[in-house]
Amino acid sequence: LAPWVPVVGLEIHAQISSNSKLFSGSQVQFAAPPNSLVSFFDASLPGTLPVLNRRCVEAAVMTGLALNCSINKKSLFDRKHYFYADLPAGYQITQQRVPIAVNGSLSYSLCIDNKMSQMVTKTVRIKQIQLEQDSGKSLHDDTRSQTLVDLNRAGVGLMEVVMEPDMCCGEEAAAAVRELQLILQTLGSSQAVMAEGQLRVDANVSVHHPGEPYGVRTEVKNINSIRFLVKAIDYEIQRQIEELENGGTILNETRAFDSKLGCTVPMRDKEGKQDYRFMPEPNLPPLILYDAKSLPTNMNHQQVINIDWIHERLPDLPSVKRKKLVEQYGILPEHSFTLLNEDGLAEFFESVVKQTQMKPKKVIGWILKDLLSYLKQHSLTVKESPVSSFLLADLLNLLEKKEISSTAAKQVLAELWKGEGKTPLEIVKEQKLELLQDQKELEQICQAVIDGHKNEVIMMVLG
Amino acid sequence: QKVSVEVLEHLEHLALVDFRDAEGVERLQKAIQFADQLHEVNTDGVEPMDSVLEDRWCLYLREDDVTEGNCTKELLENAREKVEEYFVAPPG
Repeated sequence: LAPWVPVVGLEIHAQISSNSKLFSGSQVQFAAPPNSLVSFFDASLPGTLPVLNRRCVEAAVMTGLALNCSINKKSLFDRKHYFYADLPAGYQITQQRVPIAVNGSLSYSLCIDNKMSQMVTKTVRIKQIQLEQDSGKSLHDDTRSQTLVDLNRAGVGLMEVVMEPDMCCGEEAAAAVRELQLILQTLGSSQAVMAEGQLRVDANVSVHHPGEPYGVRTEVKNINSIRFLVKAIDYEIQRQIEELENGGTILNETRAFDSKLGCTVPMRDKEGKQDYRFMPEPNLPPLILYDAKSLPTNMNHQQVINIDWIHERLPDLPSVKRKKLVEQYGILPEHSFTLLNEDGLAEFFESVVKQTQMKPKKVIGWILKDLLSYLKQHSLTVKESPVSSFLLADLLNLLEKKEISSTAAKQVLAELWKGEGKTPLEIVKEQKLELLQDQKELEQICQAVIDGHKNEVIMMVLG
Repeated sequence: QKVSVEVLEHLEHLALVDFRDAEGVERLQKAIQFADQLHEVNTDGVEPMDSVLEDRWCLYLREDDVTEGNCTKELLENAREKVEEYFVAPPG
């Protein structure tokens, strides 16, 4: 049987972290009373006009720069038409002709064979980033045959990040999305929490034989977590392979991932190809961005966005932070990944290192093995840790000064975990875990053991 | 050029209008004919125009402040049907 090459591309919608919406002044907030964060424009009442939010443009520029994109100094807004209850205007304002950023790349790392020790770096091309409006939320009430509509989310700013089909499986897609999530969170352009719908991922999947043209692709939607992203993509790849091997064909359709059944199913309401009748948004002129060279002198600078100014102020991206951690502390690359993967863990590690004489290379073991596993077992975040960096550093100092053994240290940590407010030294004294330093006392104990087991000693001496 | 039944159904579906009779179809064909006159213009080497104001039409950038919203009651006055502050729409 000829081998199959799966091809995976992604369309990711990230909600922009801003106070107000993309084209109106209503508030952006998760979980508010229905229709309370809606302006007349968001409700598409006649006579209202879109007014672009500066912060949203800056967020898109930052993200484009972080993803190595070319920023289009002139980009355009368009209308994408379709009918749905949560789209009151009957169209979405997006950037179809000329988006704000194009041609970037994202590097991400994968573990080979589930072993953290072997990491490989891959790259996915970023086709473009565009600014667009989010839609409202529909709640389907099938019993009463109606749909309830909440427009709080309608008009919230989104960055759509389109990743080229450079990935080959669920694991690669998940790693790419995870890295994008970390980048967005570092930039602050999006909080990118998938569970709150701030990061939504659609996967485009197809398979083909090597050397042959790409196969028909399906679009998989309704993926609510990174774990489900892996499952959905891998299931769809398998489904397509089985279908084709059984002589069937793949339809160019949209499918939804059913997390309960762990499979993809055709979505209802997607009969035939959609005709969005794109047209330029007549109420918005082109978006012009400047750089140091093209900066206009006669304009009010609140009206000017300078790409170079934004570039200079970009924070260290995750890949740079990891490199610095490895260089500064001598830890392994895979350690730096774990540190950045948990919110606050890198800061916790650095804080402990500052407060202890123990070498960072030894501290990292305590952070990644002992502390992190405790946190995971009890589903706690680093911020919620009952053991502070101060207490852990205190404990590690006792160990470093050889006042306690490594085994005793673990015992003390288990006690500290209870969060009863005792210091490591107090626990050591309470449980009598001090290491004996007195040579004479040690000799006496060893002699007593030998004396108490004369037979075993003879056996050992005889070999 | 004739407008086929398939195209008609497609347009009716997209625009949610109903071309129920021959008069409607005739009107549509005349409208398309009228608009087709645009093809007579030679646009080789001409950039599409966004506005006659050209560079003078500047996109205004608004500060990221919350200035609107909180008018649920007013908005729902327009709704024919509502359920507990939600708008009601047909299923699907």
